[in-house]
Amino acid sequence: MSEVLLDLQRINKIYNETSRHPVRAVKDLNLNVAQGEIVALLGSSGCGKTSTLRMIAGFEAVSSGQILIKGRPVHALAPARRNVAMAFEGYSLYPPLTVEENIAFALKSERLAKDEIRKKVAEIAHLLEIEDILERYPGSISGGQQQRASLARALIRDADLHLLDEPMGQLEPQLRALLRGRIKHFIKERGLTAILVTHDQTEANALADRIAVMEGGVLQQFDSPLHLKDRPANLFTGTFIGEPPMNVFPAQAEADGDNLKLNLADGVCLTYPASAFSDDLKARLLSSDTFVIGVRPHAVKITPGGHPAKVYANQWLGDQTHVAARFAGQTIVSVRHDRAHHAPGETIGIDLAASDLHIFAADSGRAFSHGGALA
Amino acid sequence: MDHRSPLERVLRALALTAIVVFFMFPIFWIVLMSLQTNETILRSPPSMSFVPTLKNYAAIISGELDSNAGSMSIHFMNNLLNSVLLSVFSVALALLLGVPAAYAFARHKFRGSEDIAFTLLSFRFAPPLLVLLPLTLYFQALGLANTYLGLVWVYQLICLPLILWIVRGYFEDISPDIEHAYRIAGHGWFATFRKIALPLAGPGIAAAGLLAFIFAWNNFIFALVLASADKQPVTVGALAFVTASGIQYGQIAAAIVMSIAPTLLLALWAQRYLVEGLSLGAVKG
Ligand SMILES: Nc1ncnc2c1ncn2[C@@H]1O[C@H](COP(=O)(O)OP(=O)(O)O)[C@@H](O)[C@H]1O
Ligand SMILES: [Mg+2]
Repeated sequence: MSEVLLDLQRINKIYNETSRHPVRAVKDLNLNVAQGEIVALLGSSGCGKTSTLRMIAGFEAVSSGQILIKGRPVHALAPARRNVAMAFEGYSLYPPLTVEENIAFALKSERLAKDEIRKKVAEIAHLLEIEDILERYPGSISGGQQQRASLARALIRDADLHLLDEPMGQLEPQLRALLRGRIKHFIKERGLTAILVTHDQTEANALADRIAVMEGGVLQQFDSPLHLKDRPANLFTGTFIGEPPMNVFPAQAEADGDNLKLNLADGVCLTYPASAFSDDLKARLLSSDTFVIGVRPHAVKITPGGHPAKVYANQWLGDQTHVAARFAGQTIVSVRHDRAHHAPGETIGIDLAASDLHIFAADSGRAFSHGGALA
Repeated sequence: MDHRSPLERVLRALALTAIVVFFMFPIFWIVLMSLQTNETILRSPPSMSFVPTLKNYAAIISGELDSNAGSMSIHFMNNLLNSVLLSVFSVALALLLGVPAAYAFARHKFRGSEDIAFTLLSFRFAPPLLVLLPLTLYFQALGLANTYLGLVWVYQLICLPLILWIVRGYFEDISPDIEHAYRIAGHGWFATFRKIALPLAGPGIAAAGLLAFIFAWNNFIFALVLASADKQPVTVGALAFVTASGIQYGQIAAAIVMSIAPTLLLALWAQRYLVEGLSLGAVKG
């Protein structure tokens, strides 16, 4: 791997530390970002994404831990001395200046010639489709336009690290999809390094080289989009990543001659040839009391000979069908790319292949295995 | 834009006129009085028809007042100058100290910061007479009694809390991230304060400064106790008219017009800042 640009070492953030109600926003976070990499911080609202960015930028002090940029400890430096750029969640444009002046003002300390600044502003404005509002004032443009102006102000800088806090949250879907591609190209072409905060999986998948999934201030998994999907490290990432979410069922294992049986609720028993699981996994499953199996909706097959399940909803989304059925005491969702005509009340057969099973510990949620081999 | 019916508009106009007349009438009447001689003022029944005269103003400006009992000299222009000096320097000092303090209180919450800010405000609650006796003793011991410096210092009791609390509110309304955006672009906190926070809070600072000026201008008790004749502002100097035998209404009216003129002109000039400053939200990011 190439050179590490940003290194977060056991970062903690506790707000109101001395008060009666301290808030632990970030817990023991370790994260590193390579030069030229785009990393997404993905998680639900309040999980500590913005707090993490603000500590990197220097607007919040770390409660403990170290931040290194290019090997240099920066957590005690003023924001001005860290050489990072940031697009703020709340845009934070300076009201008395026009959009153009706002964007250019990020360059003031770089001492460029006037027409060079003009050229750069024009280029970034073109990229983000805000050329027509350059002369306007922040108070007279829409939220989506302010957001793009704020993003432009961050991207135009020649900083070591670009921090983008929900940079496209206010944009309509078409524009968001268009700009995603352009922004990624812009960042990659210039070899910039960026951390993108988002709660949108599609955005994270489309833009990021690696995704850090956070929940409750804790880093759950830091991996490539592909691995997050195929090899979730725990039940949280397993169910958080992927649309619709993974189906999960508590289960027990039982050896039966050459077969391994997984007993689910409501007497559902999945029988697999023992060879479908590695020996160490089999041993682990047989020695565990209960565990949780997870299957992605895309991997749930509907076949006539499968385990019976009763359909209760069928949604056609224009390009795929979501079939929801009662199975093993819970809801199971199957995604099909054709227009499946399973009416509510109908009984269908469910088939779950061993190679599609993710198995997690019932207590800690840690992943045991993906597709029959230990995780 | 205007959805109101004609009747509603007429009623509104009438109501507004009534309010303006109600509040402006005393000032209007005093201006009329200042242009008349004592005889025309005191005739009964009162009438609006008279030959205007500037004699009252001439007397006030020259400081030679004639009354029924003979002429006496009052240094009204000197009082006026004192008022200007005391108010201007008090407000300037209060702005110099209060605006950075307001910024600090708005941006840096630390243990006890609320208590300190409240203590400063509480100076406004104390009855001035309670403070004045010990203050007079201290000032005499320090040699500050009857000096401009001492008076300006005491006037901080009036101006500083006012400016601190009003301006702090304006700073709190500015999103800190607007300042952060400037800081992260390579600027220190002081440059950020000067280039970003100050201009954004400008209307609020102007409003607070004007208000403090009016309070300082109208102050009576501090100057009455702490200053002798040559340092007294108009509020105290005007007492001289009351003790003179035979009251010269026309001259008092001229003095009043001259002493409210500066604040009135200042308020008119600052009106646009005031409107901007008092309509919060204009500065929100
Ligand atoms: N200035 C603050 N003071 C106290 N608590 C805060 C502050 N900022 C954020 N928090 C809390 O810290 C947690 C993480 O917030 P944040 O980092 O903004 O989350 P995210 O950006 O992922 O939505 C939340 O519980 C939030 O309420
Ligand atoms: Mg956030």
